Amino acid sequence: MNKLALKDEILLQIEKPARYIGNEVNAVIKQKDKIDIRIAMCFPDVYEIGMSHLGIQILYDMFNRFEDVWCERVYSPWVDLDKIMREENIPLFALESQEPIVNMDFLAMTIQYEMCYTNILQVLDLSHIPLRAAERGREHPIVIGGGPCVYNPEPIAAFFDIFYIGEGETRYRELLDAYKESRRLGESRIGFLRRAAKIPGMYVPMFYHVTYQEDGTIQNMEPTEEGIPKEVVKEVEMDLSGTYYPRKPVVPFIKVTQDRVVLEIQRGCMRGCRFCQAGQIYRPVRERDVDMLKQCAVEMLNNTGHEEISLSSLSSSDYSELPELIDFLIQECAEKKINISLPSLRIDAFSLDVMSKVQDVKKSSLTFAPEAGSQRLRDVINKGLTEEVILKGSALAFEGGWTRVKLYFMLGLPTETETDIRGIGDLANKIAAVFFETVPKEKRVNGKVQIVVSTSFFIPKPFTPFQWASMCTKDEFLEKAYVTRASIKGQLNQKSIKYNWHEADISVLEGAFARGDRKIADVIERAYKKGCIFDAWSEYFHNDIWMEAFEECGICIDFYTTRKRRPDERFPWDFINCGVTKGFLQKEWEKAMEEAVSPNCRIQCQNCGANRFGGGICFEKQKKPAEGCPAAVKNAGKEL
Amino acid sequence: MKVRIKFAKSGPMRFIGHLDVMRFFQKAVRRAGIDVAYSEGFSPHQIMSFAAPISVGLASRGEYLDLEVKSHAGAKDMKRRLDRAMVEGMEILGITMLGDGAKNAMASVAAARYSLKFRPGYAPAFDWPVKLEEFYHKPSILVRKKTKKSEMDLDLKPHIYELSVLGGGKDAAISMLVNAGSSCNIKPGLVMEAFLKENGEQLQEFALEITREDTFTNLGTEETRNLVPLDAVGTEF
Repeated sequence: MNKLALKDEILLQIEKPARYIGNEVNAVIKQKDKIDIRIAMCFPDVYEIGMSHLGIQILYDMFNRFEDVWCERVYSPWVDLDKIMREENIPLFALESQEPIVNMDFLAMTIQYEMCYTNILQVLDLSHIPLRAAERGREHPIVIGGGPCVYNPEPIAAFFDIFYIGEGETRYRELLDAYKESRRLGESRIGFLRRAAKIPGMYVPMFYHVTYQEDGTIQNMEPTEEGIPKEVVKEVEMDLSGTYYPRKPVVPFIKVTQDRVVLEIQRGCMRGCRFCQAGQIYRPVRERDVDMLKQCAVEMLNNTGHEEISLSSLSSSDYSELPELIDFLIQECAEKKINISLPSLRIDAFSLDVMSKVQDVKKSSLTFAPEAGSQRLRDVINKGLTEEVILKGSALAFEGGWTRVKLYFMLGLPTETETDIRGIGDLANKIAAVFFETVPKEKRVNGKVQIVVSTSFFIPKPFTPFQWASMCTKDEFLEKAYVTRASIKGQLNQKSIKYNWHEADISVLEGAFARGDRKIADVIERAYKKGCIFDAWSEYFHNDIWMEAFEECGICIDFYTTRKRRPDERFPWDFINCGVTKGFLQKEWEKAMEEAVSPNCRIQCQNCGANRFGGGICFEKQKKPAEGCPAAVKNAGKEL
Repeated sequence: MKVRIKFAKSGPMRFIGHLDVMRFFQKAVRRAGIDVAYSEGFSPHQIMSFAAPISVGLASRGEYLDLEVKSHAGAKDMKRRLDRAMVEGMEILGITMLGDGAKNAMASVAAARYSLKFRPGYAPAFDWPVKLEEFYHKPSILVRKKTKKSEMDLDLKPHIYELSVLGGGKDAAISMLVNAGSSCNIKPGLVMEAFLKENGEQLQEFALEITREDTFTNLGTEETRNLVPLDAVGTEF
């Protein structure tokens, strides 16, 4: 192992030095003189968050299977080390080799949420890489962005050389080969980027010019050179069972958020909730083969020593082989004393039975995500979960011994009225009443039921039917939270109901970034230079500095958030083709206004456009409508 | 059957705290495929206990943990399996079997030997090897010891079992054997702080590079100690 990048004196004065020493089980060390390309894979947040991300583990494994490539990891140094690195001018380093990032050929970042944008700049800055792509030279790593936020990359376009739109399994090899060829020919940085821009899925912002209308909306976005595609189609891995999946994921020393084996059972979601971006951009739904999953589970548990395994997907209950997989895991894990965690299960007799087998009913809670308080509004958002289903599921759960229920809602959804909001308190109250009706006094274990209501604020996202919606102001959001609280306080069973709500100003900022254009980059850079980092961490989020930054850049935040969009408005992200067409989204937006629901993919194809990828659920034989309910339920944890 | 595993911690692993070392070994035992015994109950855990927690930053050549196993194929096989589950800076030094009724690792700890070196640039200006000898021969060494709850006056002298200088010149190091029992665990830094204070200097932060050389149990009495390494009570298997 190489010497640590940080000397003992520094490691001993910072929090959790284990974040920065690498050396974890299954971390990959290669001989650098035997490889051609070095990649630093980055999650621009603190180690414990970044290490919990499955996507990086998949790509880390894939890159390191390439003999000519060494992929290492880097995360945002926490604020204590950030300060020391700036004072002592220590360059940011990769964990495996402990060598500066600036020595790498690529710095690849996954961008999972908008509130990490200043951390992207922190990583570039500490790495001594110029913040703007235009200022970088041949000696600097190529900076690539990927992940859900790059479905609207425009607010951060100035900081990246390339965005990889879509799933990483498909085109990286081609990109790396183009890089090797370009280096062999001695081409300039731009020479390589020109090659990259012609590979499917790659968006190289510097080759596109954007013009604006007088009202500030986009007039046109055109390639600046011949041969650069006008539209970038997202990349999709259509053979999820025959592709890369890590069998030896890196095992951190310190406790991280996701401290377990993660088994991704499928990608995409067939439900089509109209607020949900993941439900659109990851289409079509594709399942992994159950035999592959069984084999992965066994190998990953053996190779990591983890004591827990979790299934990962947007809606696990929709996975067609779920009973077989769960039976296998229960058998496999019982002897080895391994816990099974089953997030995103719909509540029904099957899931309650499974959950009672794998977890301590007394200690766990059930989670429903009705998202809206009234049936009318649930129809608007196409959340096919009815009150009847929730109450029936709750009754079953209470009979099974559960006493804790979590409910997730959004405030500020399109067409929402006070009646819809008051429905939240009513629903929580009815669930509490079901408990008292179902469980006789002598059987009430803790004597009572606990219902936790959490609300977040609705943020319209690109590539959803609600991309046309106006977002609420901070004051409107807070008013809605007060109405929710009052509606809960007025209930008969209010003592059994607890209410939490999100901060409003952070949601407003997230809204501006989500549907932002290239002009936002100046604001992000300015806020960063004024000291903003770790905005996703409320203790480090400084709304006043952000508002100053908007003002100093002469940019009005309302333009991005509350403004009503014309039906024919050209959006900054329209040049990306994610399969789902704008026409389909517009039709869904209109249906939302008519309070009309759309059935899921398995019941009836809605012609969203994702069938262009030639596989997945689009080509499955259409089954008869499934029995039971589409209520999403989670046994633990919070929905993002 | 209970086994006692002796291990060393060095290099990058010095920065892994005690709780994380425990987690590391729980996962390592699984990776090694050792037939470990679990506790009863809804969330069973491996029956594993560690001897003496060591502070972050310190290296050690004498850490111990006890593990209850249901079956095994000999110490050699167990060591081979565990070796494969280690990372750089974590090394299995030996495995012995404990007899029935052996005290657990933590309760067994009576003393620890440390070697200390001043980091470059941190050595005191005075002739410290000579002064250390004088310091050790004082009849009493009074210090204020801070605990989580309070501060108290303490005479270090009876808790320092040996104190000597190893080598000379730039490479001079200090060796000390001190009480590490649960009633009075003496940290080597506390002794050095008292020594430097005695000579009009202050112990600076990060001045010392410390290695725990071994951890001992007492087979004698309070008055006549017979200190042996923790795995000396085990037998080969």
